[in-house]
Order: sequence, then structure tokens, then C-alpha cells
Amino acid sequence: MATTTSTKQRSGLGTSALRPDGIPKVQGRFAFSSDAWADNMLWGATLRSPHPHARIRSIDTSGAFAINGVSAVITADDVPGKLTYGLIASDQPVFARDVVRYVGEPVAAVAADHPETARRALAAINVDYEVLAPLVDAEAAIDGSFPPMHPDGNVIRRQRVIRGDQHFVGDVVVEGTYEIGMQDQAFLGLEAALALPDDDGLGVELFIATQWLHEDQKQIAACLDRPVERVRLTLGGVGGAFGGREDISLQVHCCLLALVTRRPIKMQYGREESFYGHIHRHPAKIFMRHHADRDGTLRRVEARIVLDGGAYASTSSAVLINAVTHVQGPYKCEIATVDGYAVRSNNPPCGAMRGFGVVQACFAHESQMDKLADACGLSPVDIRLKNAMQTGDRLITGQVVESVAPVARCIRETAALPMPEPLPADPDPLLIPGGTGLTARRSNIRRGVGWGVSIKNLMYSEGFDDYAVARCRLADGIATLQFATAEVGQGFVVLAQQIARTVLGVDTVLLEPISTAIGSAGSTSASRQTWMSGGAVDGACRRVREQLFERVADAHGLDPLRLAIDGTDVVDTMGTLRVPVAEASRGVVLDETFSHHHRPTEELDENGQGNCHVAFAFVAHRAVVDVDPELGLVKVVQVATAQDVGRVLNPLAAIGQLEGGIAQGLGLAVMEEIVLQDGKMRNPSFTDYLLPTALDAPTVVATMIEEPEPQAPLGAKGIGEPPCISVTPAIAAAIRAATGKALPRVPVRPQDIVFG
Amino acid sequence: MSNEFYRLTVNGVQHEVRDAWAGESLLYVLRERLGLPGTKGACEQGECGSCTVLMEGEAVCSCLVLAATAVDAEITTVEGLSVDGEPTDVQQSFVDAGGVQCGFCTPGLIVAVHHLLDRNANPSELEIKEAISGNICRCTGYGRIFAAVEQARDQRRATESR
Repeated sequence: MATTTSTKQRSGLGTSALRPDGIPKVQGRFAFSSDAWADNMLWGATLRSPHPHARIRSIDTSGAFAINGVSAVITADDVPGKLTYGLIASDQPVFARDVVRYVGEPVAAVAADHPETARRALAAINVDYEVLAPLVDAEAAIDGSFPPMHPDGNVIRRQRVIRGDQHFVGDVVVEGTYEIGMQDQAFLGLEAALALPDDDGLGVELFIATQWLHEDQKQIAACLDRPVERVRLTLGGVGGAFGGREDISLQVHCCLLALVTRRPIKMQYGREESFYGHIHRHPAKIFMRHHADRDGTLRRVEARIVLDGGAYASTSSAVLINAVTHVQGPYKCEIATVDGYAVRSNNPPCGAMRGFGVVQACFAHESQMDKLADACGLSPVDIRLKNAMQTGDRLITGQVVESVAPVARCIRETAALPMPEPLPADPDPLLIPGGTGLTARRSNIRRGVGWGVSIKNLMYSEGFDDYAVARCRLADGIATLQFATAEVGQGFVVLAQQIARTVLGVDTVLLEPISTAIGSAGSTSASRQTWMSGGAVDGACRRVREQLFERVADAHGLDPLRLAIDGTDVVDTMGTLRVPVAEASRGVVLDETFSHHHRPTEELDENGQGNCHVAFAFVAHRAVVDVDPELGLVKVVQVATAQDVGRVLNPLAAIGQLEGGIAQGLGLAVMEEIVLQDGKMRNPSFTDYLLPTALDAPTVVATMIEEPEPQAPLGAKGIGEPPCISVTPAIAAAIRAATGKALPRVPVRPQDIVFG
Repeated sequence: MSNEFYRLTVNGVQHEVRDAWAGESLLYVLRERLGLPGTKGACEQGECGSCTVLMEGEAVCSCLVLAATAVDAEITTVEGLSVDGEPTDVQQSFVDAGGVQCGFCTPGLIVAVHHLLDRNANPSELEIKEAISGNICRCTGYGRIFAAVEQARDQRRATESR
């Protein structure tokens, strides 16, 4: 072993290393995609359908062309390649041609010299619509009572999960029907991009805020009928994503306008347009029936899940399999009878949002666990501990949980976290439900405590070869990393530097621009980048380290296996040699690219059986709320959580994920919902779609459970999604505890508490 | 469009805005005409605080201010807070305490926190929460932002008591 160790404080794995984009971001110097700018650029804008369902009789663009400053007006007729795009099924038109299927569907786009000119040009386009009845009832999509609104029919996917004795009836049976509203990702940085046409007019470069550069590239190239190498993407700074940037929004429109005008095109949505321009979390209706032994042992789960996918498929089929395969929650259960549908409607399209189908299933199964606890005379904690899943347990899909599964520990360690102080007799009005603006009376306020526990799959499922590529170069003691991993705020840029510092013993780690100049890193979603792109960066750095060791070994006549990195030195573990990495790498360039693949998964069969998921993470939440039952006002006082993270690679980044996820789950629990009426959004603005503010944020007390995951390259599980999943049912349960109301729906609205 | 021009004083520098449509917001003019994209727009309704700037020392949502009405005001944006490129105490605290994730809300928050600490050197936890409750952050859940503001507050107090 090394005889000395470096005592210098370094920012490797396990430290709260600071993000390299931090200072530029706080100084306003970090370039978000909306900050991109080019000489001679035009502004692009999109005309959208005002109807949820209509036939297009004609489109007259002449009025727009007549306006000074308008350079181009394009419709479906101008799309040179494939007329549709989509992540799983390519069913969404670049522009609607014959029929519009949701309010906000793109019909035309313009390029003009000023955003205001573009706005007037859109207003001058005359679209003659024959308005049709909209399909807005998911059950009508299933029962066939509504004519197919899309050539593929009205059911995007149906998936059953059938396991065990289908006639089993438990000693104790509880059931309920639950609803989850449509949540918006509400990332702060609105959709924006800058497209630069190549000089020959045959290709385009796009600066774009996205979650997956290569998937965008593939879809854009097909619609433009260009080879992928003529569509080059560079990540513009991304102002949050949360699933809402997985699908195409303005990418094809922006590139096409650039090719048509041969000028740079900037497109930027406003907030209302953003609500129309990206997909949302699926609203869901879920029936569940739980069977248990008298002592509370869970035996069978029955469920029927209906997800409203809206007008186009997006990732609905994958969201559905997440929902149907997670109905048991983090609990042992032998028997399952699950039927799930993802359907089309003339509502806005739905797809990925943090938690991806598991959020919906979890609200239902955790509500059920509380009912079961009541029926069996157990506490919410005891029913969950009694049934807690362990490594080696078999899921209702037949898959064995090979992941570390510290469910009971998550629950126990959450329970051990301190409870908040009681509400004082004369509290500051800011602390009581409704805050200063509304008038909850102290004497009316009741406190409640509720629990939620969840399981979440990590990475993509069902046979998808989900890989990530990274490149590492080492020269003169400086490492340079290249990857296409979308940095959306989560902090992969700092994690990548930490990995290189630890593996290679360097302090300076430079990052190349994030672009399609290197192979795909897959999507920044599904809690997958620490595992996948982290694995790729780790692999590339290790290969470079092997080369470095071979050089040092050759120079000193040693076996390279004896060498190791200690601090910033290469050391002989069996001798006295110590060479600084900077010296060992002087005058050479060691350059390696590595592709990390996770183990293969399988598709589900017709009975929902198969090893469809890669790995799982677990978390427990305990929520404490104050409620004024007469006014229906809620203040979430505290959320306690213990999360199974595998290994903490950056404590500061990790707590940020936990707290941020909790705030989003709180939003779904008590305030966030896109309200629809006959297919139209009633609240597409931040005035009417309420987001948690600093005064809504609860105190968070958190513990991270570190049991390194053997499958994970760095021992770390993905941590992005679990925080937002079980906090929602925990808060709903706490409100139930305070009010005695059934509250089968989130978000819980004041009228649900007062009249529910 | 008109051939008129007006002058804006931003971060101590006087700019002429020519040939501008009178309907442009201060946010638009800062970002698109004056080359100061540090101020962000995220809601256009004064709900999210991303576009917060100081006008005559008061924190305002620049999306709600018509640029042409700001001609006589001293305007400070996030770009104008640093001296010689060095981060301010508030800016450094946001980085150190983990208050920055995607960073889109950050410029508005930085301006709002400077405004708070310049008025009230010793804000309580609740005063901090109230002061930044007009700035929406979607990533952090605010916990690390509170920590950042408390760090900046405590550092200022420590410096002053020396």
C-alpha cells in the first residue's frame, strides 16, 4: 500500500464539489438557449389550433405574407421529409394538415424581423375549421363509443399484469377509486432555440434546450429529409426540464424556417405557449382493491388504471407500463390482477414528467395502504414495515428485485427524524394555512401526519438498449471530458469532473461543449444519468488511467497492476515510486471513448410478466400539515424523508434533488393542476397555475441511506425521481388525518376539504 | 416602428434605444437590444420574479415595465452587481450553498436578495422567505436558497461587527 496519503482537499467523488456553471449562472453570464443570438436573425413563431378537434378546410397564408418584415410562412405542405415525429410512435404531425386534435396543435409557422411582426403575421393567417366534437372522456376512448380520432385508434396501449391465484379473496379487503390531475413540468426556462443554416442551405445547426440531443437530431433529420450529420445540435443552457423537454416542441419548426429563409431563426415560447407546446403529466383514474390477511399481510392487488394520453402518443405506452408494474408499491405481494390503459383524447398530449407513471400508481397504492392499516388496526408505519419489500423478493411481473432494497430502513429512519414544533398559540400569519392573505383562525387549525413510501424503476425498460458514451483525454495533467449528456440543472457537469478527479488524480477537468459531435448519452430522464453517463465517464477515465499506468510502468520497469492513483500522484503500491499525474502525462495525449450499457431487459408478455426493469430505488416520506377545515386551506409544515441513494457522490447536489422533488410533489398534492374544460386549458399561466413559492416550501429533514448498489458503476442509484413520488400521498394522508375526509383526488382543493 | 430614440441608464451606462417599438418591455429591451441577457423572462406576468431588476433601488419585474417609461430611472441588472467581474457575497453564497441548479431563476433571486440585504441587514428566516416569495424556483425546493441567503446575511453581519 501507499506509504503516504495526500492531505490536500480535493473535489472528487463524495465531496460537495461546486458546479462549474455556478458562478456564470449567478452573474447572469451563463447562456441559456433563450439567450442565443445571431446577426441577421429572424424570429420564428407558431400558429396553433384554438379547437380541441376540428377538420381543416383551408389555410390562407396570403395575409401574413403581405406584412412587411415577414420572410416566411410555412405549413404542412412545406415539410420536406417525414410529416410526423414522436418518441415511441411517430404519430404527431409537424404541422396539422387535415385535422387538429388538441388546442395548441401547430398549424403554421412564420419568420419575421421582430416578435411583434411575427405575432401580427400569425393573426393574419386564416384557417377555416370545421369544428368537431372532442373526445375528452377516457372511458369513451376505451369502450369504442367515440369514432377513432387517429388512424391508430383511441387506445395507445393496454397492458395487463396477471400473476397468481386470480380467485384469491383476502380476509381483509379495501378498495377505492383515485384521481390524479394533470401536472405541468413548469420548468422556468421557456422553450427556446436558435437555428443556423449551413452556407450551402442543405444543413442546419441548432442550439437547443433539450433532454436528449441525439433523439432530437434523429427526429429533426427525418422531418427535414436530411442526413443526421447535416443536423448538428449543441445544448443551449437548459432552464429545467423534468420530462417536459423529451419530446419535440419547436425543434423542427425552427430548423425548417432556417432552411427556408437561409437566415438564423430564433424561436422562444411565452409561458402560455409553453403550456400548449410541451406534454404534461398524465391525469389518471385508478381503481385499486387490496386483499390482506387479518394481520395486515398484503396478498393480492387488483387495479384498473386509465391514463389520459391526450391527442398524441408521446411516451404514453412507457408511462403505462411503469404505472401497471408499480401498483404493489415497495411491498411484497404474490398475486396481482392489473389492467391498464393509456388512451387518446382531444386533451393536450401527455408524456414524461419526473416520476413517469409511478407518481400516479403511488398515490393510489399509498392511499390503499392507509385504508388497509385502518382495517387491520395497524398504524401507517406498522402496515408498511410489515410488508416492506427486500432484495430477492419477486415483483408482480415475476422479476426478482436484485437491487439493494432498504425499504424498512427508509421507513424506520424517516420515523426517527424529529417532528416539527407544535404551531405556537399566536403564530406569525405567514406560518398558518393560507398565509397573510387568507384568514385562517388559529383556533380552527388542525395538524395531521401522513406517510408515503415508494419504489421507482431506474433507467429505461422493456428491452431498450439504453447506453451512454463519454470521452476522456488526458494531457499535461489536465483532463478534458466530452459527452452529449444534457445538463438540465441536475449537476452532471460537476459529477463528471468529480469522477475524473478521483479516477485520474487531476484537479483541472475541462468540459467540451455538450453536442452531437460525440455519440449519444441517452436522455436526461428516468433517474439515469448518474448511472449511465456517470458510468461512461468513469469507464473512459479508467481506460485513460490504464494507458497512464502502462506508460509509467514501462518507464520504471514495473508491472502496471502495481500502480494506483493517490491524490494527484501515480504511486507504486508495492514500492516507493511516486510520480505526479501531471508529470506522467506530460507531452502525451491519452484519449479514450467508452460506451456504458446497462444489462438487457425484456418486454412484458401479455400477462405483464418479464424482467422489464433494470433496477429500483426506494424512499419514504412523512408529511406534517396544518389545515383549516372550514376554509379548506393547507400549510405543509414539514416533510421528513429517508432515501435509498446507493452512495452519495455529492452531498450538496443530492440534498438539492431531494428538496426540489419534495416541492414538486407538494405542488401535485395541494396546488398544481392544469384545469381542462372540453379539451381547453383554463389556466395556462403562472397567475392561474399555482407553483410552490418560498412560503409554501416545508421544512425538509432528510437522511440518505447509503448501501452501495452493486449493479451501478459508481455504487450510486439515480436520485432525481424518488423525492417527488411518495411525498404527494404522504401530504394527502396528512390532510386526511387532520380532517377525516376521504380525499381520493390530488391536488386536494379547498372545496374537497370543505365539502368532500 | 419610429425613428425616435430614448435613453436608458443601465448599470451606470447610458444607452440609446433607437427605432424601437414603443410596446417593448424593459425585459425585452435589456435582453434583445442592449446585450444584457442576464435578466430572464419566464412568465410575462410578474408572477415568477425571474426578470427582477432594480429601478431607482426598488425591485421590479422588468417584464411589467415598458422600457420607454424607464428613461429617467437608474436601472441595475444582475450584470451590474459584480465589481470587476468578482462575484458578490450573495452570488458566491448561492454557489457555495447549492442554491443554483438550472439557474434560470437565479439572476432574479440574486437581485431580490441584494435588495433585501441592502434594506435589512439582519432578516429573520420568515423575512427571508417573504422577501423571495415572489421569485419562483422549480428546481431546488428553496432549501439551499434559504441556506445561501442566511450565509450571505451572516457573513455581512460578521464583517460589520469586526
